[in-house]
Amino acid sequence: MALSSSSFLSTPSLPNSKSTISFASSVSPAPIPSLRRVVFRSHRREMTVRSKIREIFMPALSSTMTEGKIVSWLKTEGEKLAKGQSVVVVESDKADMDVETFYDGYLAAIVVGEGETAPVGAAIGLLAETEAEIEEAKSKAASKSSSAAVAPSPPPPATSSPAPAISQPAPVAAGSDGPRKTVATPYAKKLAKQHKVDIGSVAGTGPFGRITASDVEAAAGIAPSVAPPPPPPAASPTATTAKATTTSSPPLLPDSSVVPFTAMQSAVSKNMIESLSVPTFRVGYPVNTDALDALYEKVKPKGVTMTALLAKAAGMALAQHPVVNASCKDGKSFSYNSNINIAVAVAINGGLITPVLQDADKLDLYLLSQKWKELVGKARSKQLQPHEYNSGTFTLSNLGMFGVDRFDAILPPGQGAIMAVGASKPTVVADKDGFFSVKNKMMVNVTADHRIVYGADLAAFLQTFAKIVENPDSLTL
Amino acid sequence: MQSAFSLSFSQSSLTLPNRPLCSSNASPRNLRREAFGFSPSKQLTSCRFQVKSGNGAPSNKSFDYDLVIIGAGVGGHGAALHAVEKGLKTAIIEGDVVGGTCVNRGCVPSKALLAVSGRMRELQNEHHMKSFGLQVSAAGYDRQGVADHANNLATKIRNNLTNSMKALGVDILTGFGSVLGPQKVKYGKDNIITAKDIIIATGSVPFVPKGIEVDGKTVITSDHALKLESVPDWIAIVGSGYIGLEFSDVYTALGSEVTFIEALDQLMPGFDPEISKLAQRVLINPRKIDYHTGVFASKITPAKDGRPVMIELIDAKTKEPKDTLEVDAALIATGRAPFTNGLGLENINVATQRGFIPVDERMRVIDGNGKLVPNLYCIGDANGKLMLAHAASAQGISVVEQVTGRDHVLNHLTIPAACFTHPEISMVGLTEPQAREKAEKEGFKVSIAKTSFKANTKALAENEGEGLAKMIYRPDNGEILGVHIFGLHAADLIHEASNAIALGTRIQDIKLAVHAHPTLSEVVDELFKAAKVESPASTTPQSVKATV
Repeated sequence: MALSSSSFLSTPSLPNSKSTISFASSVSPAPIPSLRRVVFRSHRREMTVRSKIREIFMPALSSTMTEGKIVSWLKTEGEKLAKGQSVVVVESDKADMDVETFYDGYLAAIVVGEGETAPVGAAIGLLAETEAEIEEAKSKAASKSSSAAVAPSPPPPATSSPAPAISQPAPVAAGSDGPRKTVATPYAKKLAKQHKVDIGSVAGTGPFGRITASDVEAAAGIAPSVAPPPPPPAASPTATTAKATTTSSPPLLPDSSVVPFTAMQSAVSKNMIESLSVPTFRVGYPVNTDALDALYEKVKPKGVTMTALLAKAAGMALAQHPVVNASCKDGKSFSYNSNINIAVAVAINGGLITPVLQDADKLDLYLLSQKWKELVGKARSKQLQPHEYNSGTFTLSNLGMFGVDRFDAILPPGQGAIMAVGASKPTVVADKDGFFSVKNKMMVNVTADHRIVYGADLAAFLQTFAKIVENPDSLTL
Repeated sequence: MQSAFSLSFSQSSLTLPNRPLCSSNASPRNLRREAFGFSPSKQLTSCRFQVKSGNGAPSNKSFDYDLVIIGAGVGGHGAALHAVEKGLKTAIIEGDVVGGTCVNRGCVPSKALLAVSGRMRELQNEHHMKSFGLQVSAAGYDRQGVADHANNLATKIRNNLTNSMKALGVDILTGFGSVLGPQKVKYGKDNIITAKDIIIATGSVPFVPKGIEVDGKTVITSDHALKLESVPDWIAIVGSGYIGLEFSDVYTALGSEVTFIEALDQLMPGFDPEISKLAQRVLINPRKIDYHTGVFASKITPAKDGRPVMIELIDAKTKEPKDTLEVDAALIATGRAPFTNGLGLENINVATQRGFIPVDERMRVIDGNGKLVPNLYCIGDANGKLMLAHAASAQGISVVEQVTGRDHVLNHLTIPAACFTHPEISMVGLTEPQAREKAEKEGFKVSIAKTSFKANTKALAENEGEGLAKMIYRPDNGEILGVHIFGLHAADLIHEASNAIALGTRIQDIKLAVHAHPTLSEVVDELFKAAKVESPASTTPQSVKATV
């Protein structure tokens, strides 16, 4: 699972931009509505005095189990539960098991979604005793699951909450008694549940006006799960083609095809345009990697990756140069970040994402490597949580494995600097006494926001970074 | 199968077409026999049985035949072959096509479709392929090609069945058969024959509840579905038993979305609850399937006049209207009804019960007064005891054993059953609730042994770790009460358990038997080894031999 990247970086920016919303929903099931619920929370809390909301814990299914994965929720939010009923299926290190509820009540909120993992004893869902408490439990759950994601900025202002108090009554048995008959296919219903789309609000375009899977996908703002097959060479221009050509771009050449952006690609595009408003400059620096390569050979069997080594080195260098880890949010001030979170660009099928190694300066190399593996796995299965891809304070992009000797990265909005790492290549160097020797050299090129990071800052940072890489023993401490 | 047949002819260098096959293992008869508890014959010479030329002559001159079988399905076929082996002059009457439901409209063509669906499922599962390091570009299928495969298979097996009976000299009489009176049968227009014993093996047809209008295009039964004339975008399957489940596997693999309609409160009734729970998790939930339980489809109207198929659902208990579904097609898989009309049962004073012919444990037909009808037997779906092809065949063999002077009672609890979804489900004996009920009544203890396919090397090598095997047994004496398997090749794995139950083998003995490693059979081995039995292993014949 080689790390790779391109310079067209897209660290999704703050969660209140609209594109991020669709972006987030395509990458992880983190529900945007939950962000909204945060707004009502305080509201509701004042009104309720005390309630019976119980947490459903991740059970220990075996003596060796430390964490469990939610295979599936057998009940949906709002559904009534009777004591002894199976609520959720948990996969432990050994087997899948049904977890039953010990109380009657309503499944008010699912805190840990399907496919996600939680440590033994952690709350995975909330059980409300009465229907009236469902909403409260939901807001409780929202605060639990989204606090990290919301951290960088305050929740969006009133504009995003059109009707606070009656936000969402618990969905009652799919409106079979309503006058309007909604016909949705089995898969459409499944997707709606998965993406938390209210099926009643989706317009059906299928046969007999039924709601199909693609209608739900469109409503959820995600690309169809089945990639459209490459159009046959002589395909007649379709509707999408026609739409694309309405812009002033030159007409399509014959036999060419238009493939619309996926949600992730749209987010990348938007971020790239945004990046043009930041005045950036670049500083390059050659780094001798003989010692690093030797260290890498030693620690590789222990599961340490080059990514972890570079992230650790960058993290340690940033600790000494906080301004490179800062960002300029408003054009008027420095925003110093208390943590050093290194986002690392990874190319994934049809897109690009930047999982974040948090506290890269503090975690040791082995933990960092382990964390990285986990993040890449999650990224590939599209299960990254928002805070796992949008909390970066500095970005690392490495194209060295392709043999690229140097390149120039675009600074992702919201960060102060990005480091582009080229391949390490044997280079003839002359030392101060005039002796020639062959050393492995790697070109590192940092792009930074010149409003806060100046040439000397960046040069000093690079010098520190080079020193750490050239004497890498400190990396393993 | 067919090629093996001709091969055995040439090898045995026997040219008489009516001579029985002397080389052993080509005939389907032998394949079948293995499942039953009695040994075929004492002699171990190359010729297993001797018959007089031309299917012999009736042993009693006053009859045309020793045995006449009405219905040439799998049950009748099994009985006919065994009868010839036992030296009976045998005729089989078929009003339609040889092979019956199983070969023409059931198990056989459905296995062809399921073979396709299994491969489609695998090729479409990008994650599965990637985990093997395989890259496959988009998998697609040609509907007609798939349909042809199913049809060709049915034809091939039908020919094999016909040829195997012809080769043995069974007289195949064409025409609709009925019972005229004791030991007298009519077939076709007005051919009358007499026989010492008669077996009714007329099988069953798909059951269509009232209110459902089958047009064969958008509202169909398994008979139509197996022809695969279309693959609807959305199909409702009424009934979530074996037939419904297998078709849901086929349709979802070919791209349809499926809605199950089940009258009982739970999907997959009849399976061990634990197995059905897991099966639902694997076969239903992740697929494009939803379901309505506790409801009847009170009315189904085929698509016409630009309207989709309409299904009216009513509550199974209160009968109140619940919902209306609009789908592209509906498959009626609500079970099968016996095919016993026009059999002339009134001539011998037999009254059917919901269409089934009442029989005793020896398949002897019971008349309206509760008395046995002499020399008349009924096997297979027509008696409704256990509606499985191999059960019919086993019952037929059991009857032949009896009429040739060896009393035999078939233990239906030794008959395995399988559902060929991906992965498969198989079972033999009692389910856990049944076993617990029995234990309560008879005052013994019941224990459960379980193992996961995740613990099996071969299953993991195939990336198919999803699965569970479960054995219900008596800890006091090691008797196996039931085994249920859900997982890769479960249908093939069950036979070690069903044989053990049929032969009365106890866990403490069979657990010492060796299984090749790494194989899926170790899943069953694991069950035996996981069981905690109080009695010690008995001295088996093998171990005696070893010590001598």
